[in-house]
Amino acid sequence: MDVLLQQLINGLILGSLYALVALGYTMVYGILELINFAHGEIVMVGAMVSVSVLAALTAAGVPVALALPLALAAAVVVCVVTGVLVERIAYRPLRNAPRLAPLITAIGVSIVLQNLAMIFWGRQYLSFPPVIEVRVYDVLGATVSNIQILILVVAALTMGGLLLLVNRTRLGRAMRATAQNREVAGLMGVDVNRVIAATFIVGSALAAVAGLLIASYYGIAHYNMGFILGLKAFSAAVLGGIGNIPGALLGGLLLGVIESLGAGYIGDLTGGFLGSHYQDIFAFLILILVLTFRPSGLLGERVADRA
Amino acid sequence: MIGLLPDRLYRDRRIAWAAFGVLAVLLIALPFLVEAGLGRTWVRILDFAMLYVMLALGLNIVVGFAGLLDLGYVAFYAVGAYFYAILASPQFGLHLPFWALLPMGAGIACLFGVLLGAPTLRLRGDYLAIVTLGFGEIIRIFLNNLNAPVNVTNGPQGINMIDPVRIGGHALTRPIEILGVQISGPHAHYYLFLGLTLLVIFAAIRLQHSRIGRAWAAIREDEVAAEAMGIHTRNVKLLAFAMGATFGGLGGGLFAAFQGFVSPESFTLMESIMILCMVVLGGMGHIPGVILGAVLLTMLPEALRYVGPLQQELIGRVAVDPSDLRMLLFGVALVLVMLFRPQGLWPSSMRARELRPDNPDQVRQEQESLYDAER
Amino acid sequence: MTPSAERDGGGGGEPLLAARAVTKRFGGLTALSEVSLTVQVGEIVGLIGPNGAGKTTLFNCFTGLYHPSAGTVHLEGRPLAGLKPHAVAALGLARTFQNIRLFANMSVLENVMVGRHVRTRAGVLGAVLRGPRTRAEERSIRERSLDLLDGVGLGGRADQLARHLPYGDQRRLEIARALATEPKLLALDEPAAGMNHTETAALKGLLETIRGRGVTLLLIEHDVRLMMDLCDRVAVLDYGRKIADGPPEQVQRDPAVIEAYLGAGAA
Repeated sequence: MDVLLQQLINGLILGSLYALVALGYTMVYGILELINFAHGEIVMVGAMVSVSVLAALTAAGVPVALALPLALAAAVVVCVVTGVLVERIAYRPLRNAPRLAPLITAIGVSIVLQNLAMIFWGRQYLSFPPVIEVRVYDVLGATVSNIQILILVVAALTMGGLLLLVNRTRLGRAMRATAQNREVAGLMGVDVNRVIAATFIVGSALAAVAGLLIASYYGIAHYNMGFILGLKAFSAAVLGGIGNIPGALLGGLLLGVIESLGAGYIGDLTGGFLGSHYQDIFAFLILILVLTFRPSGLLGERVADRA
Repeated sequence: MIGLLPDRLYRDRRIAWAAFGVLAVLLIALPFLVEAGLGRTWVRILDFAMLYVMLALGLNIVVGFAGLLDLGYVAFYAVGAYFYAILASPQFGLHLPFWALLPMGAGIACLFGVLLGAPTLRLRGDYLAIVTLGFGEIIRIFLNNLNAPVNVTNGPQGINMIDPVRIGGHALTRPIEILGVQISGPHAHYYLFLGLTLLVIFAAIRLQHSRIGRAWAAIREDEVAAEAMGIHTRNVKLLAFAMGATFGGLGGGLFAAFQGFVSPESFTLMESIMILCMVVLGGMGHIPGVILGAVLLTMLPEALRYVGPLQQELIGRVAVDPSDLRMLLFGVALVLVMLFRPQGLWPSSMRARELRPDNPDQVRQEQESLYDAER
Repeated sequence: MTPSAERDGGGGGEPLLAARAVTKRFGGLTALSEVSLTVQVGEIVGLIGPNGAGKTTLFNCFTGLYHPSAGTVHLEGRPLAGLKPHAVAALGLARTFQNIRLFANMSVLENVMVGRHVRTRAGVLGAVLRGPRTRAEERSIRERSLDLLDGVGLGGRADQLARHLPYGDQRRLEIARALATEPKLLALDEPAAGMNHTETAALKGLLETIRGRGVTLLLIEHDVRLMMDLCDRVAVLDYGRKIADGPPEQVQRDPAVIEAYLGAGAA
């Protein structure tokens, strides 16, 4: 079995999940210059809702082909409602406040969402119902499962859809204009509040998709899965260039590959001193290094030029 | 002319001193009153309250005085705690004296603060917050995993049987009789912590009303103007970071010796956020407010334990685990305070409104960082 | 361009400030193009020009907020290249801002006391222990700051929050704060903006007093009459270039200046 290829494939799949979540961060940042700290929790909500709806439906005998889309739809609805509420309650009143105020409310909202989820679903792990029979394929000595392929396809389709939305539609144009300069866009007749709400809707819908896919990837969902995931996805967005949509894709994929390769090889690299449990460290190291040495990220334009 | 002017700085200090005096008398009797009224567990809770007052005052230097949001404060707390735990426990069979290790631990934490701050302090506020958060997580991951190949931290199990504080050969954990009064472990720790807390409060007040304290405030208000007035903003910010880290390390050493046990569980992000809550809820930058915040938030979760029995009585079962409810309430409180009382529960009368967005110009200035314009 | 190269500009002796061919580009935009300017010790030099001519950009290049893309700036013969604003302030160049930048939530007195930072020493240890030296230093900071406040007519407002001052007072507080750094050269960016006639007249008196105490002044201002009455020399910027430099009467008659201000044909 080819270890390098295997790690690359794993990294790519993990990375596509990070990319999906990173998009949510980057879109909001592009428009509001706000780190939507609670985004990871929205992904968690998506995962919890989709897993529990899927479990309930399959238990009731609904066929998988129907149950899966229904579970996804439920997750999208709940995530969108949550996302919009968060924007309304915690961010909009503070839109002209100093940067730190909305960051602190965002942390508060994260704690609230996490604990509501814990009270609602309990502390135990929810396991993803085995609705799809796992098949494993052999690709050049590495293995890929049908679930992994499905994840990759759905993630790619979702991101393609987002790119179309942003580049080809009126809403997308309004979003880009608002990201360029909120005041001017407002003067040009763009309803800025609507655009911001739409951004949260789209971002939360992406989070719902990501939640379902992540739950299927790991086979479980848990009330505190959102935090670290959100932080990693944020790191990915920063790596690619925060505010930049292709950057989030690139950053997500890169982070996935780096983590996966890093976890595989860190033992060899450090002479056995550090083991694979240090996997989580890469995202934070990248975050610190990128922010310190190249805050604009790989594809980011210089954010300050806009000011 | 000078003599006629109301002397705000000095008057503030005198009020603080007077409050100090009255409080000191009350505070000496407090553990006995508390034990009589609520039981010995509450004396321990009091001890923790003192510990958190020290930590919150340390973070307040960074967040309240200098206006830098540090979400990884617990990392410095952890460094102080593990430094003591490793060098005064059976982990390596070392039992170095508490009074030597405590300042050293604070010094090491200070060094960590400088190491983290030096490259990152030029970042804009929210980026800095995220970077410090990442740093805190990295420290925790290391604590969790540094049990192999050489067992330094003993991994997730943590380090046990840490040496207690000793004063003149007497271990503070043992009860002692002084002038016919029984002093239990928690009581003795209370007086030790109280003394140190008073020192920390004293230092914080003096720092605030000093040349350095004014420089911190100036940076918080307008970094560009502060720099233009000759303040070496990077160094002065670094100083705030280092001071905060030092206080954190100090608290860590005390925590390890008091608890006798440390594990990575005690140093999660939630702990950082909790200490931040104490600062924000109490009143950023206002020392009495921060003290109030720390005491309130240490007591609150303990008080919430009674929510369980209360539910039992009212609806016949425990519907919501009180410890679950506790974090939920913290989250709600954070949001509400930012929305409706951004200046905190007990803000200073002078700086009551720094977080209130009533001056768009000021907000805009705050959002431009120093060299943004040129990059 | 070496520091010892020949010096142009009014009067003899080493200039206090010497800018040589300062160019500043932002991406494709050239905000300043080879601007040279000297200021002699004891002078009051005015800098005028239409909006967007690059006056504030030039100030920013002098005070270390921007670094020139080309050209040099020397203060008392010392190059300012690569120095950060705090280092420039330490060398003796202080400034005020066009869009007032006070420490809004600090008291009026504290604002000025912050200006003393660069000329004082007490560190963390001094602050906590507060020994005789620190106490003496604190006292001198307060006294000096109160004197400066009296000097600009704000002595009675020392304990108010800076944000609660009326506009004209805020401008004067900025001047007091800048003076607290003991500048050799004080650069004022539109000090009379938003002031009425009485206030402007008082400001003129204040600036003359400041010059009388040995501080050299460089100011950007739109109030032409104030500039003509106050300045020994006036330099004019237009589209990032210096188009005139000389005594006020001469500059006033300069056709290039008239055209820049009033557009072609108005002369």
